[in-house]
Amino acid sequence: MTTTAATTGDLSPTAPARTREVPRGPVWMWRDTWTEATRHLPAVPRNPDLLIFATIQPIMFVLLFNYVFGGAIDVPGYDSYTQYLMPGVFAQTVLFGSAFTGIGVAEDMQKGIIDRLRSLPMYQPSVLVGRTVSDLCRNIFTFVVMFIVGYIVGFRIGGTVAAALGATFLLLFFSYAFSWVQAFIGLSVKSVEAANSAGFIWMFPLTFVSSAFVSTASMPSALQTFADWNPFTKLTNAARALYTGTNPGADLWYAIGWAVGITIVFSFLASRKYSRTSK
Amino acid sequence: MYAVEAEGLKKSFGDTEALRGVDLKVEPGTVLGLLGPNGAGKTTTVRILTTLLKPDAGTATVDGVDVARDPRRVRARIGLTGQYAAVDERLTGFESLEHVGRLYHLPTKDAKARAAELLERFDLTDAGDRVVKGYSGGMRRRLDIAMSLVSRPAVLFLDEPTTGLDPRSRLGMWDLIEQLVAEGTTTVLTTQYLDEAERLADDIVVIDHGTVIAQGTADELKGQIGGDRLEVSVARVDDLDRTAELLHDRCAVTGAERVDREARTVTIAVSDTHKLVPGVVRLLDDADIEVVDVVVRRPTLDDVFLQLTGRSTESDDDTEGADR
Ligand SMILES: Nc1ncnc2c1ncn2[C@@H]1O[C@H](COP(=O)(O)OP(=O)(O)OP(=O)(O)O)[C@@H](O)[C@H]1O
Ligand SMILES: [Mg+2]
Repeated sequence: MTTTAATTGDLSPTAPARTREVPRGPVWMWRDTWTEATRHLPAVPRNPDLLIFATIQPIMFVLLFNYVFGGAIDVPGYDSYTQYLMPGVFAQTVLFGSAFTGIGVAEDMQKGIIDRLRSLPMYQPSVLVGRTVSDLCRNIFTFVVMFIVGYIVGFRIGGTVAAALGATFLLLFFSYAFSWVQAFIGLSVKSVEAANSAGFIWMFPLTFVSSAFVSTASMPSALQTFADWNPFTKLTNAARALYTGTNPGADLWYAIGWAVGITIVFSFLASRKYSRTSK
Repeated sequence: MYAVEAEGLKKSFGDTEALRGVDLKVEPGTVLGLLGPNGAGKTTTVRILTTLLKPDAGTATVDGVDVARDPRRVRARIGLTGQYAAVDERLTGFESLEHVGRLYHLPTKDAKARAAELLERFDLTDAGDRVVKGYSGGMRRRLDIAMSLVSRPAVLFLDEPTTGLDPRSRLGMWDLIEQLVAEGTTTVLTTQYLDEAERLADDIVVIDHGTVIAQGTADELKGQIGGDRLEVSVARVDDLDRTAELLHDRCAVTGAERVDREARTVTIAVSDTHKLVPGVVRLLDDADIEVVDVVVRRPTLDDVFLQLTGRSTESDDDTEGADR
């Protein structure tokens, strides 16, 4: 039995000597994050059904609301319901897209992948940041598809391109913020099935009791109060105004505030959960 | 310096005391077998040594680095293969290995070269470009172990590497671990099987209910528990006690014989197996006992337990390990 060279571990004759120092610093932090993101990205084209499902659902909503209910829905201030509807659908699409984060994190947890990652000398926050960043990339793709669908059914940018880009950025920022909410849920429930339901149920009241599809003025007063203060309403209103070319007013600041706040609070909660939980 | 050294490790999960003070020492270049039944605390020990869990009390160093104080430096020195294969099903075998290499901060070129090398080594080259989802259980397990070797770890941790494998894959896995060990990889492996620990480990630590109940080399342990086992099955339950008595006199080894009324067997520790079986058959035949079967077998974990603790591993169902 060899007892020399004990501390290196490179006892195999073919093993080159190698230091075991752990590289540190922001460059490595970003590298680890990107490495983790690239673990998820190839999976997107490999499981196209996930992506297809993520886009078919909002397309159904567009068709349903635009052509079936559209004629019956009155939206004060907008000549065309399509123009009113599409920003709501965009917002809903990116919000629902964030649910993939929770499912993915729960799956990594359930399969023991998180344990393996925790045994590596990488920057640990990179696991969750990489996951949310890759889901953001996926959401950008779904957003582009939805935008094209919107264009086909008659949605048009009314204001400046800069304002429209601002609206798009705001929507994606929101989806990123909610990815952290989902990451927290995924880590808390630990099973894919639970993450699936726990990640979706609360999104229905959030998106429907809002100004996304109908004007809140048409709602009973209790619901209307909730809807008016719903962060999702602020988001949709701000994005809608920016796309249409009107002044978003305070809604824009509320929306940004919500996105920043949710990101900070839930990235903290999720990271804490990550370092404490294990399968 | 020891490759792994742990002292007084304690860990509780709520009311469950998973570890009640575990001490371990592993010499560099050797294999430690952590042997114990379900719920003994094997995984908990491994998880503490690999920085996944913080102990409530006690200290541990791996390759000279303290696990609680400097987890990242410990992680740069170890490879871990957990009890359940942790592979991302969406990636190919090659991508999985390359990914781990990059997280060990190897340059991309080296990460790729190492991935190819390990695929070859683990007989996965043909499958390397296929996604893991289509891999068999044995292939996953091999990939899983390959992933823990990417950085040529100073200490390799294998948590029940053969549980759930079919007998053939199991033998393959043993060969593989033996090769790694022959190359000098210090290894800590957990197992529920005495034969596995005997074959692979230089030193064995037997744990039960979170405490070390015995340790030593396989031979030392077998000395303690009295060598091979003679198992006699009889046709009539009424003959069991007579059989036990006769065997006890014939074999004259200290330690009680075990009588299993349901299976109608008597098991006894024997030291000398030379011409034992014919002699025993004759002896019992002369006593007019109808014998169904006589076998000499290696001691199992169950025998070790019976001898060391006076109870069998299966008879204690108070651990939650059963739901695994
Ligand atoms: N995260 C946890 N929460 C609660 N109890 C736990 C946890 N992990 C382990 N335990 C308990 O601690 C004890 C030791 O568990 P451990 O997993 O270390 O056993 P083991 O020897 O690896 O068993 P097995 O052969 O079943 O893998 C068991 O009673 C188990 O139920
Ligand atoms: Mg275990």
